[in-house]
Amino acid sequence: MTLCDLKPGEKGKVVSFGTEGVLRHRILDMGITTGIEIQLVKVAPLGDPLEIRLRGYNLSLRKSEASVIEIKQ
Amino acid sequence: MKYNLALAGNPNCGKTTLFNILTGSKQHVGNWPGVTVDKKEGVWRKHSDFNLLDLPGTYSLSPYSEEEKIARDYIVKEKPDCVIDIVESPNLERNLYLTLQILETGVPTVIALNMSDELEQRGETIDSNYIEKEFGVKVVKISARNNHGIDDLYKAVKETIDKGITPKKLPLFEKLKNLDDEQIANARYEKITSVVKHCYKKNKEVQNTETKSSKIDRILTNKVLGLPIFAVVMYLLFQISLGENLFFVGIPGLGIIFAGWVETIWEILTNFVASGLVNAAPWAQGLVIDGIFGGIGAVLGFMPLVLVLYMLLSILEDSGYMARVAFVLDRIFRKFGLSGKSFIPLLMGFGCGVPAIMATRTLDEEKDRHITTIITAFMPCGAKLPIIALFVSILFSPDQAANITFLIYAIALCVAILVSLVLNKVWYKGAVSNFLMELPQYRWPTPISVLQHSLEKIKGFARKAGTIILASTILIWFLTNFNVNSFNGVNQATNENSSVMSEMDDSFMASVGKVISPIFNPLGFSGWRPTVGIITGWIAKENVVATFAQVYDDDISEEYLSNYFNESSASKDELIEAGFEDGIYDSEVAREIYDGILAEGGDHNALPTVRRDIPTKSSGFAYIMFNLLCMPCFAAVGSMHRELKTWRKTLGGVGVQMLTAYIVALIIRLVGLLFGF
Repeated sequence: MTLCDLKPGEKGKVVSFGTEGVLRHRILDMGITTGIEIQLVKVAPLGDPLEIRLRGYNLSLRKSEASVIEIKQ
Repeated sequence: MKYNLALAGNPNCGKTTLFNILTGSKQHVGNWPGVTVDKKEGVWRKHSDFNLLDLPGTYSLSPYSEEEKIARDYIVKEKPDCVIDIVESPNLERNLYLTLQILETGVPTVIALNMSDELEQRGETIDSNYIEKEFGVKVVKISARNNHGIDDLYKAVKETIDKGITPKKLPLFEKLKNLDDEQIANARYEKITSVVKHCYKKNKEVQNTETKSSKIDRILTNKVLGLPIFAVVMYLLFQISLGENLFFVGIPGLGIIFAGWVETIWEILTNFVASGLVNAAPWAQGLVIDGIFGGIGAVLGFMPLVLVLYMLLSILEDSGYMARVAFVLDRIFRKFGLSGKSFIPLLMGFGCGVPAIMATRTLDEEKDRHITTIITAFMPCGAKLPIIALFVSILFSPDQAANITFLIYAIALCVAILVSLVLNKVWYKGAVSNFLMELPQYRWPTPISVLQHSLEKIKGFARKAGTIILASTILIWFLTNFNVNSFNGVNQATNENSSVMSEMDDSFMASVGKVISPIFNPLGFSGWRPTVGIITGWIAKENVVATFAQVYDDDISEEYLSNYFNESSASKDELIEAGFEDGIYDSEVAREIYDGILAEGGDHNALPTVRRDIPTKSSGFAYIMFNLLCMPCFAAVGSMHRELKTWRKTLGGVGVQMLTAYIVALIIRLVGLLFGF
């Protein structure tokens, strides 16, 4: 499953991510590394983007970006 | 001996606040060579042997954005004497990622744990000694917004430089050399997690309860309430800065009130200077009053709007709400190739393009900033309303007026969206910007930082826009008031007051209009007069109407006015109602009143010669749209240049606007020809 499949309030651990280039580096720089626990906080009023919580802070990302992040619950 | 210090840190870590506190007003904003990122430099107010440089806020030093490249290059190549790495204490884990990368470069570093008071209030502490031992650099706890720990910071920096303290060479740094990107990030974060585990004493109760920010967000980004609240915030933002009728009770917003004061003061000053010039030659009077004072006045009038809007924007930005705006609106604006934050400049554009374009500074991606800057100028700002009102009233019947006006607004918006899409495709080759954006903690903005922020913008605007507006205004003033005969004595000999100036009909401007006007023939309007209207509109858009009154003067002859106001048979009361004091008809007063009526579109039979030059509804419509969409006023071009930084990009933007205006007007004209109106 990917980060997109979580429901608000649920948590998951990052397994891998399938993307290249700048987005991959952004994801890593923001602390989304394998093994880290991520909580899906909420979905924006219009259904996209998502708000997630990791490493003690809140981050917003689009569903298209979240869908490359594989997680397990 | 002068020392160079660089401030580095994540966005939202309080770096700018610290920079402002350390330097006070002794700072200078320029930009990094070749790029469009602000470069802020200053001198430490209390210790003038320290130069300070504010590096762009970044999450990392990996060279994937302009900001990161700048920060990295500066640290590695320029080798500052000491880097002050500002860390947001409540967000230690992610902030240390940049810290680790700075330490890897080996540059002398002091770590400033900012917002340490906020942490203590939560009953949490960071063991700074542990970090000092682990990394081998000085660590101090500060609170920039409350001005705490600044002396400790100075001592730490001084000691670091005097003793030549450099970061420990961690075994990790050697190891990273043989790893791929993902492994590097993992290894760094592993190290960070272990450091945080040892030094960060958490308060279990606080960690388990909902944070203040997420409580606020339960309302502000709520599924149902999020958008309505956003609409209210935007309404207030618009009304307080640019609104004429705040809360529908007839009082204008702060920006308009201040602008009124500035204009009044400027008028008094202008009149004072004019009274001192009564004996000067008419051209000298014109140059000083219309050219110089008029030009400076055009800039001054915008300053209060810019100031108020910027104060409000700083409050939104510093409080953390701006990131939520992007969060709530991203879905819509992404479709147009923009960011959610683009909404703010576009909305402001309905009031005044100058502060609106400057508001694009709040956008994170350079691509979004550039495109929004260009399309914000398409919005029908307050000064374009008289153009719309005048031509709609001349060309359309009163019951059509409202629909046509709505159509004009709708076209302007659609054009903005289309141009954004095209620019995304053509100029930026469809590059998809990523949207990983931190949603920072809500914090009360401090008045000092809000004020400092806004004044800085004003200064920049006055300096940059002031020069171009002044020069362009004087040039156009010259072109509309002189011709060849000004310089060979013919005017002086023939004019009653022996002035060297000419009437607008014979001016250089009229000649220019004659040369250019064939370009506009396909759009349906002909003759030099409409062309001159377009050109004078570049000083200020409402000038289009004033110019029409001037170049079509014969349409507003004394005879016409006398008929219009029904001089011969009107009763005293009727004349008073029309605006004549004491009910006595006076041709000069009549002209003044009529100019007002024209601007509001009150006379539906106005300007017969105009109807000859702009004969059909579609040609008039094309003329309106061309004026709305072509290059904005010089003041707005000045702020475009402030945001786009280079003249090449600014002229490129203006080119896009001109081309768009022409294409849209042409389409309107062709559709008009097709359907016969």
